[in-house]
Amino acid sequence: MDLMAHILVQGTQMLLVLALAPLLTGLVRKAKARLQRRRGASVLQPYRDLVRLLRKEVVLAQNASWLFRVVPYLVFAATWVAAALVPTFATGLIFSWTADLIAITALIGSARFFLALAGMDVGTSFGGLGSSREVMISSLAEPAMIMIVFALALVAHSTQLSTIASVMLAGVGLRVSLALALVALLMVAVAENGRIPVDNPSTHLELTMVHEAMVLEYSGRHLALIELAAQLKLLLFLSLVACVFVPWGLAPVGAGVPGMALGLVSYGGKLAVGALLVAVFETSIAKMRVFRVPDFLGAALMLGLLGTLLLFVSGIL
Amino acid sequence: MPEAAFAAQLPPSGHLLVALGAVAALLALAALGVASAHRPAGRPLIYGGALAVTLVAGLSALTAIAAPAAGMVLPLGIPWIGTHLRLDALSAVFLAVINLGGAAASLYGLGYGRHDHAPERVLPFFPAFLAGMNMVLLADDAYSFLLSWEFMSLASWALVVAHDKEAGNVRAGLVYILMASFGTLALMLAFGLLAAGSGGGYAFDAMREAPPVGAFAALVLTLAMLGAGSKAGLVPLHVWLPLAHPAAPSHVSALMSGVMTKVAVYGFIRIVFDLSGPPDWWWGIPVLAAGGIAAVIGVLQALLQGDTKRVLAYSTIENIGLIFIGLGLALAFSANGFPAAAALALTAALFHVLNHAAMKSLLFFGAGAVLTATGTRQMDELGGLIHRMPATAVVMLIGCAAISALPPLNGFASEWLVFQAVLLSPDLPAWGLKLMVPAVGALMALAAALAAACFVRLYGVAFLGRPRSPMAAGAQEVDAFSRAAMIALAATCVLAGLLPGFVIDALQPAVGGLVGETMPAQGSVAWLSIIPVAESRSSYNGLLVFAFTALSALLAAVAIHRFASRAVRRAPPWDCGFPNASPLAQYSAASFAQPIRRVFARGLFAAREKVEMPPPGALTPARFSSSARDPAWAFLFLPLTAAVGYVAERANTLQYLTIRQYLGLVFSALVLLLLVLALWT
Repeated sequence: MDLMAHILVQGTQMLLVLALAPLLTGLVRKAKARLQRRRGASVLQPYRDLVRLLRKEVVLAQNASWLFRVVPYLVFAATWVAAALVPTFATGLIFSWTADLIAITALIGSARFFLALAGMDVGTSFGGLGSSREVMISSLAEPAMIMIVFALALVAHSTQLSTIASVMLAGVGLRVSLALALVALLMVAVAENGRIPVDNPSTHLELTMVHEAMVLEYSGRHLALIELAAQLKLLLFLSLVACVFVPWGLAPVGAGVPGMALGLVSYGGKLAVGALLVAVFETSIAKMRVFRVPDFLGAALMLGLLGTLLLFVSGIL
Repeated sequence: MPEAAFAAQLPPSGHLLVALGAVAALLALAALGVASAHRPAGRPLIYGGALAVTLVAGLSALTAIAAPAAGMVLPLGIPWIGTHLRLDALSAVFLAVINLGGAAASLYGLGYGRHDHAPERVLPFFPAFLAGMNMVLLADDAYSFLLSWEFMSLASWALVVAHDKEAGNVRAGLVYILMASFGTLALMLAFGLLAAGSGGGYAFDAMREAPPVGAFAALVLTLAMLGAGSKAGLVPLHVWLPLAHPAAPSHVSALMSGVMTKVAVYGFIRIVFDLSGPPDWWWGIPVLAAGGIAAVIGVLQALLQGDTKRVLAYSTIENIGLIFIGLGLALAFSANGFPAAAALALTAALFHVLNHAAMKSLLFFGAGAVLTATGTRQMDELGGLIHRMPATAVVMLIGCAAISALPPLNGFASEWLVFQAVLLSPDLPAWGLKLMVPAVGALMALAAALAAACFVRLYGVAFLGRPRSPMAAGAQEVDAFSRAAMIALAATCVLAGLLPGFVIDALQPAVGGLVGETMPAQGSVAWLSIIPVAESRSSYNGLLVFAFTALSALLAAVAIHRFASRAVRRAPPWDCGFPNASPLAQYSAASFAQPIRRVFARGLFAAREKVEMPPPGALTPARFSSSARDPAWAFLFLPLTAAVGYVAERANTLQYLTIRQYLGLVFSALVLLLLVLALWT
């Protein structure tokens, strides 16, 4: 019975992230539109888009291989599993020990690996351009992420995200290293999700696009899966920032139904605030040139490394 | 005779006899190879025989890991000393890696060797090379170790120059033999210093009894890093590797890159962990630095190459760097009194040894298959092979994903263990190490991310897209033997990734023998997770990650096909409305690497791009060229060869003296030596 309850909670989390991801994107778009003094589409528009794409036929390039057709499912599955392993409303879920933060990072890396391959499968110049830029960005974003993981793990003495969240919930005080890690994590999150100023998720037909160029040949249900995966990834990074740096309200291990309910409410609140902040940030900054991105991410890497070094030097900084 | 007094001789065991028998059988096969090279039966005979022998030897070595150490003295070699042999857990681990890698190469060779136009230059040396590597692992005295090491080097050199008519191969052979001689020289000096402590005993037992101290120990460490490092491919002694490994036939490339570099790692572990006594606190620092530098430089160079096999050779340098990072961490932990953490780091290094042997052999087999099918190693002449070579494409995808450290495959499992070891290092007391380890961790993370970029590029350009040449368009899938060898290795990569706990447990006898502690047993952990230190600290379950991902993908596929659309229409590619009909308009290997070249390779590698744009109306084509250099050549080897050339030029006049001048020279040398002697005493 106990096991069933645990599995139920884990299942709830999986379905929750899947259900909330399009809403989050809708919220960000709506907030951006309002900030630009437009009415904007309804916050439910991403759901409608997904349903429309799922119903459409797939237009497949003539020389697309089986890999091109398998990749959307792989990317979606890897991102979904990764998003479901990040604590959202409760810590200590039954499968939370399956993969630690390093493995979650690597799962996102797997999704990107296959998406970059798919970009090269049809053999068009736009696909290659997107893939080549994507791996350039990730070659700096991934080590920066690992450095952030190091900093968090050294504070919490664990790479288990659930344990890190519990430690943060118990309170570790203000620390310079964590402040550095937070800044670095926000920068990596911007790059990983292809948001402004690194990439523009709503651009097309521009030589500056990265992610959109990579998935240019996708259509129909394949595109729906890739869009959903991108939405899940945004949710994942917001949940990650929320559970590590604003863990208040998270249901602790063994919490009952009231604790979980409180966790759910606070999670919803955090997501809404996060969406608003993303919109404000994106509205107030201009997109940078592709070759400025390495400087941006290099700074994130150095901040992460600095945070880690501080922790190596002194346990209390 | 004096050696016998030092330690009680270990009893021989069945495993040792099997290993010795395998060496003898391989040497016999080498002799047979000379005799039968020109006959049609030669190829199946030699490769089939090598397959049987290495398979038996590898399986026997697997069971020998947990068995007690065995020893033996053969009345061969230097009189009164004999040949000391020993099979302990460490040699057994490496014997298993080498023989199973050798078995895969033999199986591959059964099919691949058919295309060899000069079998008499390959068949005798292939089993001899395998025998040499086996002998290095069994040797228990300096003389037989060096003899086998040199035998291994020479046999592999013969294989490197097997295709001597192809451009660049003879030069590759020359650079290789020079670096191999240098490495053997360094090892010889290291053993000399080790033997000096024990009063000139050649046997490893005598060296263990009297390990070097102080400056001698530091010198031994340096020489071991130079000697073993030059064979393994540590930067800057790696220059021969990207020349020699691709020059050999592909199954030999796999052996050299996947397996022989591991013999070098074994040599380093044997000398530094076993023979040099307890390590000093700082020994980890140079090893960590060498590993971190090799990892990043190796993978960056791999990203700049256009030749499939050369990409793989440079990637070997990266992986050797990762292994040395693990070894450096193990040294640092073990010297500073953290044996449990040292066990974790050493396990990670040995696990990566095994993983890299499997992945790199697989990738070289794949590159060989592509070479057979298309006749080219240039990535810019390939493309679209996923349609023409379906089986090779699948196993290469597994290999590329594994070496890019993607979960749930094996490369991720071992890198994850190294990261866990890095996270234990704030406990280290020394400041040098405290600052060093996080920096090396960052280098390692950078190398891992760049490796993923490198293999997206390799796979994307060679296997995906549209064919860039008629050869690629007409490629045919390779023979069944080659496919079987690749499938076996791909299965190893998947299994070791899904069930890393069993591999970790199997390595523990070797780890315990070297650092005095073992990792907690993983086989009994619930759900087959791995828990390197404590459950609250970290755990990883490759099997469940795989199961969840596969289940989610399946669920999505079923749900979409059931409730949404499953219609597919084939159409020309979209490409923003302007698809270019020419396959040459696709991203090529060089253009894919351009952003990374621009970000990382401008300084150290002096990567430059040149665009020649003709003026409007001119009929000359526009040209683009890019260049990059290997800093080891630019800063070390070219100045060195220039200096040697200069000195030789000057000394050349000594060859044209008159008889009186020669006599004067001899006389003054005599006087000088007598003077030195007089002042010395």
